[in-house]
Amino acid sequence: MAEKITGAEALMRALEHEGVDVLFGYPGGSIMPTYDALYDHKDTLNHILVRHEQGAVHAAQGYARVSGKVGCAIVTSGPGATNTVTGIADAMIDSTPMVVICGQVGVAMLGTDAFQEVDVVGVTSPICKWSYQIRRPEDVAWAVARAFYIAKSGRPGPVVLDFAKNAQTGTVEYEPATVDFIRSYDPDRQADLSDIMCAAKMINDSVKPFALVGQGVELGDACPELQAFLEKADIPCGTTFLGLSAIPSDHRLNMGILGMHGNLGPNVMTNQCDLLIAIGMRFDDRVTGNLATYAKQAKIIHFDIDPAEFNKNVQVDLKVLGNCKQTLAAVTQNIDSATHSAWIDSFKPYAEKEYNKVIDKAIHPTEGPLLMGEVIRKVSEATGNAGILVTDVGQNQLMACRYFKFTEKRSVVTSGGLGTMGFGLPAAIGATFGAPDRTVCLFVGDGGLQMTIQELGTIMEQGAPVKIILLNNNYLGNVRQWQEMFFSRRYSFTPMNNPNYDLIAQGYNIPTRIVIERTELDAAIQEMLSTPGPFLLHCAIKEEDNVLPMTPPGANVDEMLLEV
Amino acid sequence: MEQDNSIKLYTFLIYSEHVPGMLSQISSLFTRRQVNIETLNVCASSTPGVHKYTITAYCDEHVAQMLTVQSERRIEVLQANYYSDDEIFINETALYKVCSSVLVNNSDVSRMVRLYDGRIIEVNTTYAVIEKTGLTKDILSLYEELNKFDCVLQFVRSGRICITKSRTEHLDEYLAAREAARALKTIK
Repeated sequence: MAEKITGAEALMRALEHEGVDVLFGYPGGSIMPTYDALYDHKDTLNHILVRHEQGAVHAAQGYARVSGKVGCAIVTSGPGATNTVTGIADAMIDSTPMVVICGQVGVAMLGTDAFQEVDVVGVTSPICKWSYQIRRPEDVAWAVARAFYIAKSGRPGPVVLDFAKNAQTGTVEYEPATVDFIRSYDPDRQADLSDIMCAAKMINDSVKPFALVGQGVELGDACPELQAFLEKADIPCGTTFLGLSAIPSDHRLNMGILGMHGNLGPNVMTNQCDLLIAIGMRFDDRVTGNLATYAKQAKIIHFDIDPAEFNKNVQVDLKVLGNCKQTLAAVTQNIDSATHSAWIDSFKPYAEKEYNKVIDKAIHPTEGPLLMGEVIRKVSEATGNAGILVTDVGQNQLMACRYFKFTEKRSVVTSGGLGTMGFGLPAAIGATFGAPDRTVCLFVGDGGLQMTIQELGTIMEQGAPVKIILLNNNYLGNVRQWQEMFFSRRYSFTPMNNPNYDLIAQGYNIPTRIVIERTELDAAIQEMLSTPGPFLLHCAIKEEDNVLPMTPPGANVDEMLLEV
Repeated sequence: MEQDNSIKLYTFLIYSEHVPGMLSQISSLFTRRQVNIETLNVCASSTPGVHKYTITAYCDEHVAQMLTVQSERRIEVLQANYYSDDEIFINETALYKVCSSVLVNNSDVSRMVRLYDGRIIEVNTTYAVIEKTGLTKDILSLYEELNKFDCVLQFVRSGRICITKSRTEHLDEYLAAREAARALKTIK
């Protein structure tokens, strides 16, 4: 007969069985039995104590995004659980595999408005992939196995386990469980051969094909298959923010970024191609602009693993269901080698126009205050374009995605769908644990940094080597830009009176340097990168800088403004 | 096939595992799109352990498609489909509690009940209960007719139930395919 252990101890063993090595969490009343069990598993389960539960989930997201493994967060009931809601919603819309374990009051207390009781399953069900309450110790092994299977299979996403206190303290004869089949859930749907053949024919017949690359390529571990596909048929591509590192930035077929603050060429050519091939992307409104005029001249093929994405925003001519690692490989086998030199060359005038009107000024200014673009490009180049980019949300994010360059996959951690300010700092902490051998560069604004600034304490305690580049413009910059462009410069509550960030960093024992003059920038970046552990590079940037080009909200995708 | 952009009544048939919280998960998808549920019937299906949700709602076909595929994205939902009225056999039951004295004293009332194929299932000195099974429009017509006699004390409708005109349940095909997949996984 197997040894009897508590449900809390069973959770530890189940997590180890799933290969978990890092947990981001914060203890509290209803999860205390589990934390007591964790005390005996410190050698195998590295628990990172964050300073707020929101930090735990964002850190788990950062860990998952760079490692490809399931991120894991553990918090208490009530406010501990509700503080994770933003991160859960963020992980859902950005397809990030994550398991969040919340404490819960005992089953006998459920529904009594007990201290720190909240209906976690009710709150989280609409914003996560699966939410389940563990009410008995006997269910621990099964529920954990099922949670990890759901989180990482198919289109990944967050799962919530609501762990009742009596299930933590009760005893069970633990046997490890494995789940690889759920009758009502089919994550491995295969494309019909006819769809593969039809896609191949459409591609072979196309004179001006254009591919849209999303995060689904990285999630499907399909970067080599993508390159083989694009190269065989000589198809230019654009990427979404989350798909940025799915193909090296300097690949000759990578034409740049799609969407509202993307590059001119890919957006204009979306409305000039004769075949649009969407791969692991979801036609977000920030990518498409006005749907009524979006790629109306083109046939559209959509490769995706999630059938609910087909025809959601854009009606397509052909749906290719499945993991693009398999579907792209199958289509590549059936397409002709081709060259589209003239079509690819037609992107160049737009790239040159954007370079001359926007990019050159952003990365090579010779006078005036520091600009975001030049800081970002210099940091990127100083890492050999091999660093991991983590961003917060706002102008820092848009500029960083535009000017950071990539040579390796899984190098972008940004809150794409939800746009969560405060995401960056904790996500960067998680990234340092998910990819400990890589340089993690966080670009954050003065607004977003203050939303989760308490995680500097986690950085201090862990020595997490986050290179924090604070782009401080004393504004909530992106909202200010919209106010300038669309609200007659009425800066309603966007100027910010900032604290002394350098003193704050010093308080957390984090080395810091402020850069005001352009002449100091290179040396400051070198100091940041050569200093072991964390560093805060505080850049005083131009206050009213704008992210350009820009497709105004609701405008046609090819109508980008190059100047305000 | 051309998509129907007009707003009309669709019937959604959704099958799920019989676990707590499914109704909330499914209804929240309708809430998110501000689609009002007209009728809702939930009960065990002919497959053990599987519950069947019959939901009617007014929307356009694109929204119906999205509600269907997004329902299927919920882990415990086995299958979801939507139908227009010409693709299903429809039924609904209603109960009318009427004042006995009016029923007894006015023969037009009982004539109306017979005309609409209603069935009197209870009569006492205070009230009578009439049951009618049929299409929604007929159920509502009978209600309007009875109301003219000012005799209706209570009225309730069950909401729609339906079966498809196809020969077999789509669910059976789905379950067979899943069992084959499970067997294949076991062999591997």
